[in-house]
Amino acid sequence: MPEQAPAERACNFHEVAIGYSVQDALREAERCLQCPDEPCVRGCPVGIDIPAFIQKIADKHYRGAYDVITDTNLLPAVCGRVCPQESQCEGVCTVGDTLEPVAIGRLERFVGDMAIRDGWVNRPYVEPSGFKVGIVGSGPSGMACAADMAKAGCEVVVFEAFHEPGGVLKYGIPDFRLPNSVVDVEIDKLRALGVRFECNTLVGRLFTIEQMLTEMGFHAVFIGTGAGYPSFMGIPGESLNGVLSANELLTRCNLMRARDFPNFDTPLAPGRRVAVIGAGNTAMDALRVSLRLGADEVHCIYRRSKTEAPARAEEIHHAEEEGIRFHWLTSPVEVLGDDRKKVRGLRCQKMELGEPDASGRRRPVPMPGSEFEFQCDSVVYAIGTNANPILGQTSKLKLDKRGYIATDENLAASIAGVWAGGDIVTGAATVIEAMGAGRKAARAMKAWLGLRDSDVVYAAPPASERRFGFAAGEHGYARVHLG
Amino acid sequence: MAAPTERPFEIVARDDYSDVTYMLEIRHPLMARAARAGQFVIVMEHPHGERIPLTLADFDPEAGTITLVIQAVGKTTREMQQNCRVGTHLYAVTGPMGIPSHIGKARRVVCVGGGLGVAPVFPQARAYARNGTAVVGVVGYRNRDLVFWDERFRSVCDEVIVCTDDGSAGIKGLVTEGLKQAIARYPDIDEVIAIGPPIMMKACAEVTRPHKIRTMVSLNPVMVDGTGMCGGCRVKIGEGIKFACVDGPDFDAHQVDFDDLMARLARFRPEEQAALRKWEESCRLHAAAEASDRY
Repeated sequence: MPEQAPAERACNFHEVAIGYSVQDALREAERCLQCPDEPCVRGCPVGIDIPAFIQKIADKHYRGAYDVITDTNLLPAVCGRVCPQESQCEGVCTVGDTLEPVAIGRLERFVGDMAIRDGWVNRPYVEPSGFKVGIVGSGPSGMACAADMAKAGCEVVVFEAFHEPGGVLKYGIPDFRLPNSVVDVEIDKLRALGVRFECNTLVGRLFTIEQMLTEMGFHAVFIGTGAGYPSFMGIPGESLNGVLSANELLTRCNLMRARDFPNFDTPLAPGRRVAVIGAGNTAMDALRVSLRLGADEVHCIYRRSKTEAPARAEEIHHAEEEGIRFHWLTSPVEVLGDDRKKVRGLRCQKMELGEPDASGRRRPVPMPGSEFEFQCDSVVYAIGTNANPILGQTSKLKLDKRGYIATDENLAASIAGVWAGGDIVTGAATVIEAMGAGRKAARAMKAWLGLRDSDVVYAAPPASERRFGFAAGEHGYARVHLG
Repeated sequence: MAAPTERPFEIVARDDYSDVTYMLEIRHPLMARAARAGQFVIVMEHPHGERIPLTLADFDPEAGTITLVIQAVGKTTREMQQNCRVGTHLYAVTGPMGIPSHIGKARRVVCVGGGLGVAPVFPQARAYARNGTAVVGVVGYRNRDLVFWDERFRSVCDEVIVCTDDGSAGIKGLVTEGLKQAIARYPDIDEVIAIGPPIMMKACAEVTRPHKIRTMVSLNPVMVDGTGMCGGCRVKIGEGIKFACVDGPDFDAHQVDFDDLMARLARFRPEEQAALRKWEESCRLHAAAEASDRY
């Protein structure tokens, strides 16, 4: 995959991976064996018909490939860039048993980008069903649910607290991995399906989930608000100027364009020597953004070793190529400040790996006497997030003990007519898992509303599930207001 | 919801109380109904703008409008002062944010407003008055020419103590003087609500601490999203850390580390000064261009 050279790309926000040419795509599509087993389809969290779309590419029916993908996944240009394919479809590819797996993600991106370039929009005629569905949050899970419900003929309104839709795709993932312009095109495709986006709307405070169902005429609601409340370590010095969460750094830089200050009004004050704590994908984004903002040195501090690091190997690799320094088995103990309450350094200690903890990874244990001071002027925390508290504060939704929304196996929440999916249910995860959750919730929502897909063959339910002579799936539902 | 063809966030009224303080009334029927005392909004003037938090000074469900009272101190607030006329629109107004003030059963409360005068504490005063609580208002201005909303405030307070720096109206002194007078006069004060610059809120907290009177303040750290996802607004409360936008903005003043808040408010001082200089320079250039056009 052609890429920008590390020295050049470390100074700009243009995409690192430049994308396949038609020749690259055709050559790669030929490598797929079209094997009958299809492990890739099972490996995909949303079950895209991968062999079918690859065959279309090989046949040069690129529009057909786009149709196959968008049948299941509406955002191919997004997922082709940010999915961790190596642990999903590509990780189980048959060809990958002996050679390099088929580059499924890159082929998906190729098709998605061609669709953007040539302005393809799939705008099916859909019979209105008469139901109105509200989606809280315009991130990947909300968008996926919105598309499915729109295709089922519902009137769909997506509420977003920010001034621009897209959620983590816009504010979290930097432009050099996923350009915001790509996100905007994908959102326009949803608008073409009839989905309405209402920004600057903080659900929970402007109106409650309950009000959506009782006063605002929504028949069903999906909550995809994400898990953004950032964690800090609680070590001394965290309130010094120069300490910030990765979410804050990324939101200022990606969404508010602080990198173009003062042409954009949001300031950032990037450091010259930046330390990022954590080694997940968010940490990699924070590291590489800090570099592009002009830092002389960018360091990653992680308490476990490289093999335990949760980030995609490709992102760690790109970061290493760009000159970011990694300090494995290191954990901060205190943030040190100067007399003007600004960060001047970080006191760290070395760690070694002990017994496995609850996540199955070996627990890091401090090595006594290994403390050392590390000079820096900015410390970025990328150690994870917790559940956003607003919906818990403003509705009667049941939460689990960590504060996330409690759901059953069909993602139904504790209030009738409300479903939830994505990070607000599972904790921080990936874009494709969020989309998978949005689609899963949509299936349950359609069943609840009594909507059936025309292209699905529904199995006859067992006799025990018939009520009053009607199969359970044939029931219609009506909302009855008492009093 | 507003009719689809209507541009949102229209400014329907504008008033200037001094050369730095101005009022904007914005059409937002949904928010006018949902807003409660103590909440705030995040505003963007235009798509290149920054997101800034502003306290809701008033909200009128019947008129369908919310009111902000703003002090022009930095680039954004000065630019808004210049551009936000009646009939113009803001780019983004999101809210109401924050946990509403707890308006409990109280015999008497003191509502102290400084900096932006009475504006940030007016909703609490009105809510307590509606609940049957006796409200003593204490408000501070530099001098009598800067007093505003006097009738509005007196309509919800049993007594208003005005404090001016030069003594030209009310008593001479800072709001802490007025607060001390109120405490000396009334033995049945159950709560003090103090909203204004951090240094003022800190001083009020120290006045009430020896009397062990419950004191609530509204904290104003730097914010970006206002929805709890960036942690930029974190404040030290007692032994812990809270996010002012979703855990506040009201906090127990006797637990707040005001020095930490004031240090963190200086985070972007160099950038703020640079932005202001650039703004003033562009204003000068504009004015010069207009003058030469007229020639």
